[in-house]
Amino acid sequence: MEHASFILLSWALSLGGTALYAWWVVRRGSQLSEHATDEEMPWT
Amino acid sequence: MNSSPVGHPDTATAGQLDARSVRHRGTGTVATRRLGVIVILMMILLAGLGLVFSAEDVVQGSTVRIMYVHVPTIWVAYMAFALTAVCSATYLSGRQRSLAWDRVAGASAEIGVLFVAISLVTGSLWGRLTWGTYWVWDARLTTTLFLFITYVGYLAVRRLGGTHRQRARRSAVMALLAVLEIPLVHFSVELWRSLHQEASVANPNARVELDGLMLFSLFFGLVTFTLVFVWLLLHRQRVLALEDAVSSRGLDVAIEQRRSEAI
Repeated sequence: MEHASFILLSWALSLGGTALYAWWVVRRGSQLSEHATDEEMPWT
Repeated sequence: MNSSPVGHPDTATAGQLDARSVRHRGTGTVATRRLGVIVILMMILLAGLGLVFSAEDVVQGSTVRIMYVHVPTIWVAYMAFALTAVCSATYLSGRQRSLAWDRVAGASAEIGVLFVAISLVTGSLWGRLTWGTYWVWDARLTTTLFLFITYVGYLAVRRLGGTHRQRARRSAVMALLAVLEIPLVHFSVELWRSLHQEASVANPNARVELDGLMLFSLFFGLVTFTLVFVWLLLHRQRVLALEDAVSSRGLDVAIEQRRSEAI
């Protein structure tokens, strides 16, 4: 594949950036839920 | 006999703590976990379609493979910012003004900023290959950059402090103004001279000449990234709800402490 480095870098940044943000959000949620009551987490 | 109040993490009995530790804590639910699995599988399939199975472009060759992440991310960003505006309008117009609308608006904008950033970076890499440069100050790129900066500013406005309702009101007003940039960005290639190509599909004046599998892969990418957005939105707005709850509780405790000191 021509220009493979640019193409793969684009995909890596897109998927990797999204995955990194997702990981941060889930981790933040886990940390906050340690201090939350059941009423404050109606989705559980 | 143990008479500790039920539910508070600091005063629960050992048995209740054991039960809570077994139950999953966090922003996930069965539905979001299932959605997450579906999204991961769709991403893998999209990668296969975009990088391997879809055809190369007649003019751009293999560089067109960047399109399958570049286009969906900017479209989802548009959708995210539009949702922010809708939620903001709903918040301002409602009699009760539920802060849930504000949290969804904030979460949606944050995800939109992420996707605009990805679109700018992937577009820059694509531009390097097709135009020979990472950046030009043409209409499409410049207006997209303004869109990114505007919504970074929106996120900064949300962090200015004050009560949750003050945050919600000022953010909502800003969101309703900022959303006006979206049509400016989208139609910039038609309004002004631009290096950036016009819409290949969402253009009533253009004949869609994409190969069948290319077109399918592009739409599959749109659906996949939309589901990614939904998953992220569900989690992020729950995190914002937890942050609001923790900050409110902290304020309540501080007020109570001051009262007890005053007595």
